[in-house]
Amino acid sequence: MAIKKLAFIVDKLPYKAETSRLAFTHAIASQTVEIYLEDGDNVEPVIALIGDGVLNAVKDQKALDIYGVTSLEMHMKNALLLDLRVLVCKEDMERLGLTEDKIVMDAEEIGGELTTQIVPFDDIMKEIETSDHVLYF
Amino acid sequence: MGKLTIGCFSSLVGSMTLDFAVKLAEAAVKKGHEVDLWLSSNGTMLGKKGQSKFRDYSYLAGTVEELLKTGKFRITNCEACAKARGIDKGDTMEGFGIHSMDWYLASAFDADKVIHIGGE
Repeated sequence: MAIKKLAFIVDKLPYKAETSRLAFTHAIASQTVEIYLEDGDNVEPVIALIGDGVLNAVKDQKALDIYGVTSLEMHMKNALLLDLRVLVCKEDMERLGLTEDKIVMDAEEIGGELTTQIVPFDDIMKEIETSDHVLYF
Repeated sequence: MGKLTIGCFSSLVGSMTLDFAVKLAEAAVKKGHEVDLWLSSNGTMLGKKGQSKFRDYSYLAGTVEELLKTGKFRITNCEACAKARGIDKGDTMEGFGIHSMDWYLASAFDADKVIHIGGE
């Protein structure tokens, strides 16, 4: 019986490529990974947005209207709804002029209880150090 | 001997990253290790049947076929990523697995090392 921690580190922009979307969908896939594992085994995902990747968290994205695809905002809310921890790098937010009121902080409207954590990069490094595997998107 | 899980999201044509991933898998298998190769995003192109060998492009289908024969190598396409690109089971090379993303996480679970090569 073991729990393996997987860190999904995202530094790619939201719509320039498919990459950050796949970080969220892969992390969310942790909800069904048990079907492949022994009883009691599981993975514990943590998503960290760093560098330009913090832009994935911006509120009021219009991806469905403009591109006809699900927004990264919605993926982030789904992650919070499923109790996946989402960390956003504080220093990178400041660098890009983002404040708490400009990013997705919760998924209350769909029933989510967990909130986004804005943390210094040092805390993200600690998450990486305590992870079994790092998946860098 | 150990188990290596590689995730690769880069395309067969237009990038040499997938070429690197397959050659790394080949080197690991030759050393006696087990390798799982997960292909997502444009990486799913590697599973497409009927690839042609041209000198200007990487041709990896032959290497993959040889690796599959060793019994130490599993290669799996992300089902959604492949279908979005029009690659269905009938279009996929024999020996390829087709699964959802949880397969990759399960492979990572018991891997000794994971090398994740995200998209460009």
